[in-house]
Amino acid sequence: MKNLFSNVAMTVAVLAMTSGMAGAASKGVSDGVVKIGVLTDMSGVYSTLGGKGTQVGVEMAVKDFGGKVLGKPIQVIGADHQNKADIASAKAREWIDNEKVDMITGLLNSGCALAVQKLAGDKKRITMNTGAGSTDLTNKACTPYSIHYVYDTYATGKVTAQAIVPTGGKSWFFITADYAFGHSLEQNTTNFVKKMGGKVLGSVRHPLSTSDFSSYLLQAQSSGAQIIGLANAGGDTINAIKQAREFGIDKKGQKLVGLLVFDTDIKSLGLNVAQGMQFTSGFYWDRDNATRAFAKRYYAIHKAMPTMDQAGAYSATMNYLKAIKAAGTDDSDAVMAKLKSMDISDFFAVHGKIRADGRMVHDMYLMEVKKPSESKGEWDLLKIVKTVPAAEAFMPLSESTCPLVKK
Amino acid sequence: MDISFQMVMSQVMLGLNNGVFYAILSLGLAVIFGLLNIVNFAHGALYMLGAYVALLGFTSLGPLLGMPDFHLNYWAALIVSPLVVGAFGIVVERTMLRRLYKFDHLYGLLLTFGLALIIQGVFTNFFNVSGDPYEAKPEILNGVVNLGFMMFPKYRLWVIVVSLLVCFGTWYVIERTKLGSYLRAGTENPELVKAFGVNVPLMITLTYGYGVALAAFAGVLAAPIYSVSPVMGSEMIITVFAVVVIGGMGSIMGSIVTGLLLGMVEGFTKVVYAPASSTVIFLIMVIVLLVKPAGLFGKES
Repeated sequence: MKNLFSNVAMTVAVLAMTSGMAGAASKGVSDGVVKIGVLTDMSGVYSTLGGKGTQVGVEMAVKDFGGKVLGKPIQVIGADHQNKADIASAKAREWIDNEKVDMITGLLNSGCALAVQKLAGDKKRITMNTGAGSTDLTNKACTPYSIHYVYDTYATGKVTAQAIVPTGGKSWFFITADYAFGHSLEQNTTNFVKKMGGKVLGSVRHPLSTSDFSSYLLQAQSSGAQIIGLANAGGDTINAIKQAREFGIDKKGQKLVGLLVFDTDIKSLGLNVAQGMQFTSGFYWDRDNATRAFAKRYYAIHKAMPTMDQAGAYSATMNYLKAIKAAGTDDSDAVMAKLKSMDISDFFAVHGKIRADGRMVHDMYLMEVKKPSESKGEWDLLKIVKTVPAAEAFMPLSESTCPLVKK
Repeated sequence: MDISFQMVMSQVMLGLNNGVFYAILSLGLAVIFGLLNIVNFAHGALYMLGAYVALLGFTSLGPLLGMPDFHLNYWAALIVSPLVVGAFGIVVERTMLRRLYKFDHLYGLLLTFGLALIIQGVFTNFFNVSGDPYEAKPEILNGVVNLGFMMFPKYRLWVIVVSLLVCFGTWYVIERTKLGSYLRAGTENPELVKAFGVNVPLMITLTYGYGVALAAFAGVLAAPIYSVSPVMGSEMIITVFAVVVIGGMGSIMGSIVTGLLLGMVEGFTKVVYAPASSTVIFLIMVIVLLVKPAGLFGKES
């Protein structure tokens, strides 16, 4: 009797599973709702440049789209991964298995991003990464369901190195965040510094979220390098720059270069400290009328201007929803096919295109921090020195080691 | 990497700079533990509160009072912030901690840990987690001093000097004055001291207030160096507890000396093998616990 019962139960379970799969592959929206999960650093060292502000971007996009796609409601949920890869993948697993989340975005912190991208790929769910930087995401770790939307360490490293090395910054020393992102940024930048005839004298690694950089800065100082490259981000970059100023390092001819800088970092540092610094960004709110219009609406909600991560999350969500509408289904394969074939063009992305390896290429910008006298408002922080076309800024598809790229 | 004398001296000097923060915080912990028997896990959060009182006094107090041009300057903050946070500590002691003295240490630890999480959570909700700059550093402390082997910021030198004065002043009061002898006697045998007409509960309240004020004082000192952030305390407190354990719980001199020494050991480790610098204190803690469980300066009970 017991055997019979368990056999029946098993059969029912198998039937339920197969019918579930069939449902997902058919037309329309699976399980009656399109759910978007914002999984990112909501409370830590990167939360100002992403965090709740990324969720604001996603929610704005959903609202602008009309709140419904193919007649079904769109839901946004958010969670804090605390910069821990294990928490990130546990949350993603829960979202995908129990909450029926269709797409995960945000994903600051390359360590967390790599873990979630792998998991989502195995479960055929789409990730649209707007926060993390590591180039591994579109190389050896790429999946058919992963998109790297805003920037990567190749692009920011290349554009910045090409601006700095020819103007006299020949010798470099790196202060690097000790995890996937920092390593990737240091490696990418090193390659371009060397390619352009510069040399790297050394590097030192610090744990994520360090409050005291003075001893690392002293090592950089005693290396005698002309350029101290900061292969870190967010609160770490802010602290390093502030303390370099305190020790008078910049007064002795050594120059600090942030290899990944966000508007919010400059806001936190103040123009007095940051003026003249050059860095690379995928977005600036004050670029043209369309970005300003978006930024104004965003500011009304979030009380801060959008960073490239936050504006990118809006754009990614909008294009994801457009792709669902065009495909007539939220099935991951069909949506990915649409995303990779359509032009990505909006206030955020100029000449945007999603490649086979998942890299969304678009124009990047070399930025310079304004002098206090040039600034006309609280968020009037930067000027665009140069627009770098998509094809020049990002790693060529031919160099990508992603297995999805046919060679 | 070749290790030069200059390099070692510079890093040890920076270590001393961190060391004075360890010393002043672990001193507060030691005073509170020695006299109240409370393991004050809220110490990091109170250090953070101290920095925020200084920051908000500078940026927001004036507008709040309707005087946009009024800023609480750095020197005033050094006094006001410990008073404000100390008063907060007194309220906490009177309303909550007081009820726990008769129970095991663990209850005080849990209560203060919970308080720390609440305070930090509230601040995380309202303030920038990556930190806000405190721009009120006085002009006179700007710039660097040439120490021969390195250029050292004047402000950090000031922090070292004033912290040492406060630490040894506290030690002197507790160990060498009549007031201090009351305090020590009050913890040994409160009933007997009460019989001499000393108000022991008041004394204990004020002691907690003072320990907390020390944390706030360190917070103000730290504000111009680091960004003022809701998590600045939680980053610090774990190391500080290791310092207290190494020095011996409740030993005043022990906590000061250990704080300074461990700061310098950390600095020295950065020259030899930088990645080990964040763990070296805990390694020392393990060794000390194995060899001398009561801590370097603690008495075996």
